[in-house]
Amino acid sequence: MIALDDLDRAILRALVQDGALSAGALGRQLGLSQPACWRRVRRLKETGVLRGRRLALDTAALGFGVTVFLGIKLAAKGRVSLQDFERAAAAIPEVQTVQHVLGMFDYRLRVIARDIADFERVLRRRIMTLPGIGEVEANVLLSEERRPGPLG
Amino acid sequence: MIMQLDDTDRRLLRQLLAEPELATAELAARAGVTAATCWRRLERLRAAGVLRGEAAVIDWRKLGWEIEVSLRFTLDKTNPRAFDEFLAAAREVPEVLEIQTFLGRTDVRLNVIARDIGHYQQIYRSRILTLPHIADSEALMLVSTIKDSVGVPL
Repeated sequence: MIALDDLDRAILRALVQDGALSAGALGRQLGLSQPACWRRVRRLKETGVLRGRRLALDTAALGFGVTVFLGIKLAAKGRVSLQDFERAAAAIPEVQTVQHVLGMFDYRLRVIARDIADFERVLRRRIMTLPGIGEVEANVLLSEERRPGPLG
Repeated sequence: MIMQLDDTDRRLLRQLLAEPELATAELAARAGVTAATCWRRLERLRAAGVLRGEAAVIDWRKLGWEIEVSLRFTLDKTNPRAFDEFLAAAREVPEVLEIQTFLGRTDVRLNVIARDIGHYQQIYRSRILTLPHIADSEALMLVSTIKDSVGVPL
């Protein structure tokens, strides 16, 4: 586990807001020299605390107006290979997220579609044909916000 | 307003989605366009609101946050303020990483992290169950993430 001090936490808070900030700009914000700031960012990257950047993409502006989360229960646990299900689910272009979970479902999927009719097509042709698929619950995303997390 | 993309835009977006850290020059080379074209196209995508910037991704496990739980709530909708008050209170919990609202059996979902099971239990009892207007809740504990992309089938 990597220990952080207040400056590291301030750097993470700033980069979660804007991942493209340069070490110079970040340093000016925090009253730190550019090289000192760069060294800290490099350490956070090298230790894997900073895992990369996520593009904030407005998928609706690209014509994908519907996001649906699916809770999936496998029908025949033990008889289907989890890897087969995972590989097939991850290969669907409309599926953005595949997570293995414990609880009343086995998997969570995030699916995007152009509209509800397009979602129905993806559901019938791609999701319901996945190996081992059982019960499926769908919830249509209305709003979403990311929080900075416990950064002091 | 839906933006019409041509093949160049699609190539750029595909490369950028695969590797958001790419510098403009490298991105241009991979997409087979000049740096000037690349820069102009990215500006157009930003102006149209397609590209809304980028955020650093923190690996919370590396910082000792081992547990991630997806908490799904049904709210008491007889109260018209239920959503607003629940969401406002959820924003005050530092361990909440994501807040989503839905149309369906689930009304709201919170993504919550904790240092270990004991810590999770503590957060759950003192900060989550005390959120206003909860009618029902369910927890899914994350085992592993197989795919997590922001990509779209362009």
